[in-house]
Amino acid sequence: MSASAVFILDVKGKPLISRNYKGDVAMSKIEHFMPLLVQREEEGALAPLLSHGEVHFLWIKHSNLYLVATTSKNANASLVYSFLYKTIEVFCEYFKELEEESIRDNFVIVYELLDELMDFGFPQTTDSKILQEYITQQSNKLETGKSRVPPTVTNAVSWRSEGIKYKKNEVFIDVIESVNLLVNANGSVLLSEIVGTIKLKVFLSGMPELEAKGQFKKQSVANGVEIAVPVPSDADSPRFKTSVGSAKYVPERNVVIWSIKSFPGGKEYLMRAHFGLPSVEKEEVEGRPPIGVKFEIPYFTVSGIQVRYMKIIEKSGYQALPWVRYITQSGDYQLRTS
Amino acid sequence: MTDSKYFTTTKKGEIFELKAELNSDKKEKKKEAVKKVIASMTVGKDVSALFPDVVNCMQTDNLELKKLVYLYLMNYAKSQPDMAIMAVNTFVKDCEDPNPLIRALAVRTMGCIRVDKITEYLCEPLRKCLKDEDPYVRKTAAVCVAKLHDINAQLVEDQGFLDTLKDLISDSNPMVVANAVAALSEIAESHPSSNLLDLNPQSINKLLTALNECTEWGQIFILDCLANYTPKDDREAQSICERVTPRLSHANSAVVLSAVKVLMKFMEMLSKDLDYYGTLLKKLAPPLVTLLSAEPELQYVALRNINLIVQKRPEILKHEMKVFFVKYNDPIYVKLEKLDIMIRLASQANIAQVLAELKEYATEVDVDFVRKAVRAIGRCAIKVEQSAERCVSTLLDLIQTKVNYVVQEAIVVIKDIFRKYPNKYESVIATLCENLDSLDEPEARAAMIWIVGEYAERIDNADELLESFLEGFHDESTQVQLQLLTGIVKLFLKKPTETQELVQQVLSLATQDSDNPDLRDRGYIYWRLLSTDPVAAKEVVLAEKPLISEETDLIEPTLLDELICYIGTLASVYHKPPSAFVEGGRGVVHKSLPPRTASSESAESPETAPAGAPPGEQPDVIPAQGDLLGDLLNLDLGPPVSGPPLTTSSVQMGAVDLLGGGLDSLIGGTNFVAPPTAAVPASLGAPIGSGLSDLFDLTSGVGTLSGSYVAPKAVWLPAMKAKGLEISGTFTRQVGSISMDLQLTNKALQVMTDFAIQFNRNSFGLAPAAPLQVHAPLSPNQTVEISLPLSTVGSVMKMEPLNNLQVAVKNNIDVFYFSTLYPLHILFVEDGKMDRQMFLATWKDIPNENEAQFQIRDCPLNAEAASSKLQSSNIFTVAKRNVEGQDMLYQSLKLTNGIWVLAELRIQPGNPSCTVRAPAPTLRPWSLPFVPCQGVVLVEDAVQASLQAWLEPESVRSLKRTFLESFHIHPVRLPR
Repeated sequence: MSASAVFILDVKGKPLISRNYKGDVAMSKIEHFMPLLVQREEEGALAPLLSHGEVHFLWIKHSNLYLVATTSKNANASLVYSFLYKTIEVFCEYFKELEEESIRDNFVIVYELLDELMDFGFPQTTDSKILQEYITQQSNKLETGKSRVPPTVTNAVSWRSEGIKYKKNEVFIDVIESVNLLVNANGSVLLSEIVGTIKLKVFLSGMPELEAKGQFKKQSVANGVEIAVPVPSDADSPRFKTSVGSAKYVPERNVVIWSIKSFPGGKEYLMRAHFGLPSVEKEEVEGRPPIGVKFEIPYFTVSGIQVRYMKIIEKSGYQALPWVRYITQSGDYQLRTS
Repeated sequence: MTDSKYFTTTKKGEIFELKAELNSDKKEKKKEAVKKVIASMTVGKDVSALFPDVVNCMQTDNLELKKLVYLYLMNYAKSQPDMAIMAVNTFVKDCEDPNPLIRALAVRTMGCIRVDKITEYLCEPLRKCLKDEDPYVRKTAAVCVAKLHDINAQLVEDQGFLDTLKDLISDSNPMVVANAVAALSEIAESHPSSNLLDLNPQSINKLLTALNECTEWGQIFILDCLANYTPKDDREAQSICERVTPRLSHANSAVVLSAVKVLMKFMEMLSKDLDYYGTLLKKLAPPLVTLLSAEPELQYVALRNINLIVQKRPEILKHEMKVFFVKYNDPIYVKLEKLDIMIRLASQANIAQVLAELKEYATEVDVDFVRKAVRAIGRCAIKVEQSAERCVSTLLDLIQTKVNYVVQEAIVVIKDIFRKYPNKYESVIATLCENLDSLDEPEARAAMIWIVGEYAERIDNADELLESFLEGFHDESTQVQLQLLTGIVKLFLKKPTETQELVQQVLSLATQDSDNPDLRDRGYIYWRLLSTDPVAAKEVVLAEKPLISEETDLIEPTLLDELICYIGTLASVYHKPPSAFVEGGRGVVHKSLPPRTASSESAESPETAPAGAPPGEQPDVIPAQGDLLGDLLNLDLGPPVSGPPLTTSSVQMGAVDLLGGGLDSLIGGTNFVAPPTAAVPASLGAPIGSGLSDLFDLTSGVGTLSGSYVAPKAVWLPAMKAKGLEISGTFTRQVGSISMDLQLTNKALQVMTDFAIQFNRNSFGLAPAAPLQVHAPLSPNQTVEISLPLSTVGSVMKMEPLNNLQVAVKNNIDVFYFSTLYPLHILFVEDGKMDRQMFLATWKDIPNENEAQFQIRDCPLNAEAASSKLQSSNIFTVAKRNVEGQDMLYQSLKLTNGIWVLAELRIQPGNPSCTVRAPAPTLRPWSLPFVPCQGVVLVEDAVQASLQAWLEPESVRSLKRTFLESFHIHPVRLPR
């Protein structure tokens, strides 16, 4: 149904740590992974799913590590990838960074986590908040008798422990919208979409029930605007002139970044950039990356969504204050160039 | 303080040192030592020698230390099964620990010790843990049942754990329910017949309740389990769908896909007239679109699945074209999948946008992606007729870029556009011809040649163009050679006066200087055709071709339905059924969509269509090989017809057009003539080859009537080509009667009735001697075996290859066509033993060029055994003699149409070689030069089958080539 084993490999394909969950695929099969990956890459046929005989490798890459799950069954592929990403999330919350060193430095806890995250190929508890309640970094302080299963692990409400108390009962609501945009070279919008999330930071006692109602309704200022304009990789001697903000050349990314702190709506700004190019033409053709834009518009939602009210019902009937913030961010915002 | 220090240990006497530390009295030291052991294990060092010492540390109240020891146990228990038993006591004890974390840890680890010996000791602790008061322990114990079942299934059944597991489905805790469901599904998958997941409306209700409360993973287990359930009617299906729909908005892509799977499957049962059906369709689009914002690997899985969904229910995403537009930073595997889906969604309404995008992509730098984009433009032209002109002009623009691979790809697709819209865009040919020199890929060269041949009459210098390819004929790939041959023949038929020399040249290159059988055969056929009847040749070669149709790469409907049942899994990513990539049959259950079952109130609804899309929606697909055969044969499944088949001219380009109806006139309806038996010399006294006379002194072997060799049944018609009807079969000959032993399997979802069978005319006049009798209707998943008696009195037409048999089978669903090769030895008659005198005389008269030799390797038979083996296939020993220690067998056989084949078999120990001679008279009816070769090659196969000596395929091929060479007869000169 799912993964037979999970491996964390270094950039050369050497296993740093692994966990055999089902025992139906020989652990040595992982040796085929890296040669296969290299071969596929050369053929231009690299995909997240590779197979060698009856063994299938489902893999993702995180910084300089490969996370690989093996199976010989018709496993649920989306479950496996979701699980691998979740595993990274958990490790990152435990070790801040997930890289070769942090695995080595924490191998005992990595084993413990791998044991708790999945059992016989079935993902179990993957919420790091809950895991941190009973798998701790300073585990040597914990003696038996003290460590208990946090009730949250198997609670009907898995995300909240019981008996929480706050002096001041408050809810902070963030309405975040990110805008994905794809514009073609002659300026027409090919695709625009809004991906919205509502995040709550809750300081409420007990087991409250929340009920929110949102409604769509309709001059804002964009902050921290960053426009990345691609330039050829062999460009040199840049010169810039901007009406507002500052521009700088980032040769390692082959872009010019034009930063504008505050960009009021309805305004138009100009940047002029001069580059030198070598007289000899390069042989290989370069791609034409799009212009990327990053920004944030506070107190505004593109969709016009508004939180009309937030009802908080708790047995004790305390008074609680809801706070609402709106923000629009750039998502995947690309303008193609010609 | 980090753990990395444990990886650096002193090299010398490491194991010894660790051993001492493990046995230390100090707790801290012990723990440090275990950590060092685990560190060594992690880097791949073998620390199994420390097994007893590590296990001694197991009895500790330090949880971290215990976990490490357990980890060690899991790794090494299998290699130390005898010592693993030492751990049992601790497991039993830990399963009763007051701390639930330890109880769960013990039961979890226990199941991972895959040692059969200790499993029975684990039953009692497991039983307790399954009933533990703490849900954390129960959920872990549920999984342990699946682990134990994997090691010892019988034990788990005997101990009644499966029933306990089933009870856990009603547990108050959703996590426990989810793990119980996962464990049961896992066990059920490896034991498909166990009926373990006996799902009924009550248990489904429990699952649906738990679905709302458990973790994301638990939701997936439950949804995947639900997908295996078949609701009893459309009302139940709808009510489950209603409760599953909220899962579509889950943040975890895997939950969404599993929910989509349930909905796609159950939707099959809902009537399209239902309001709810429309609602559900609308609800499916947004979550599928949202999946494209996930991580690239999850996007990839989603896209592969969307590709299936778009084929199954195009209406869901028909307005969502834009979300599949490719982004610059998408990984290549995402880009290619998006492109494929864009073409599937292309319609008249959105084609302008699609084309603009494709043109943009075609100017990018990634070669694979650019190629696919160019190809996509061609597919759009074929799919959306109104756009064809724009597509062609876009392709011409791209050709102007002169980017080599773009030009080549464009030419390949323009060829397809010509095949779809003939005589419409020939104005572009001039532009194409300009690029002739830059083409270096076989596919592009072949496409260009096809275009020149097809439009030869409008290209002034077509002969020059084609001639330019001819120079390096032997260096070209086969597809270019074949295309060049056909192209030049077309040119000759269109402009015979100027191109005679060219056609002669290509025919001789193809037939005399090539050892590729396809090329030679095609060359000979053209040569024959041109020399016998140029008018017929024109009719055949220049016949009007059927138009190609869109969507040539649609997944076959039966497979598509199966893959829909596997949404989210590897099968859906590979687009292959699990049986194609999961080793062994184990764990593979063939799944199919549920049939539409109306609830009692709407039972009168006439909608009882099978799972596939209704005929109105079925897109026009290029005819599969089977259908094409049907066109050619134009079989009528009424009463058998004995008249000549209709010579339709609906043939396709390439190899197929050679088999067109024109063949009929080519061989002039020849019937086989029995060889004149009168040609037997009267006297024996004439100068006879010295050794030959000896052979009459020998007695002939008397064989038994054990029947000839019977090949195992092979699949002739796979279910996916025949709407669920699978036919496999073989041929037998027993005591003079030939039969076709058939096995019909119904893999569709509906009952099959009204079977009938008919053969096309064939080389030996094989025909059913009785109608196909299937006594009862064939229900789904049922198989029936039928032996169909055959006669050899049907009408005769020489087939290519000789033993090719084209069969049509009809049932209540449709008519299906397939062709199969029958083993020649079913045609060897019982009175095939030639009179010795006649043998002698005939043997002498066979011209040398009718003789062929082959060797049968690795045949451990002696003369007697070989003789009796052969005799059981009606290959008779006429005489036998011994020359210089080698046994010589003289064999004869007679075919049902009276043709004799004589053979000499020389048996050296371990290396028999066989000389087969076909007597001259038999050549007459098959006057084409290559026919007797085939006859003999087939005899060779028959002899081999009878001797059960199997050669490596490579040597068989080379032997056959030798045969063909030795039978080479000078081709007929063309008329000047």
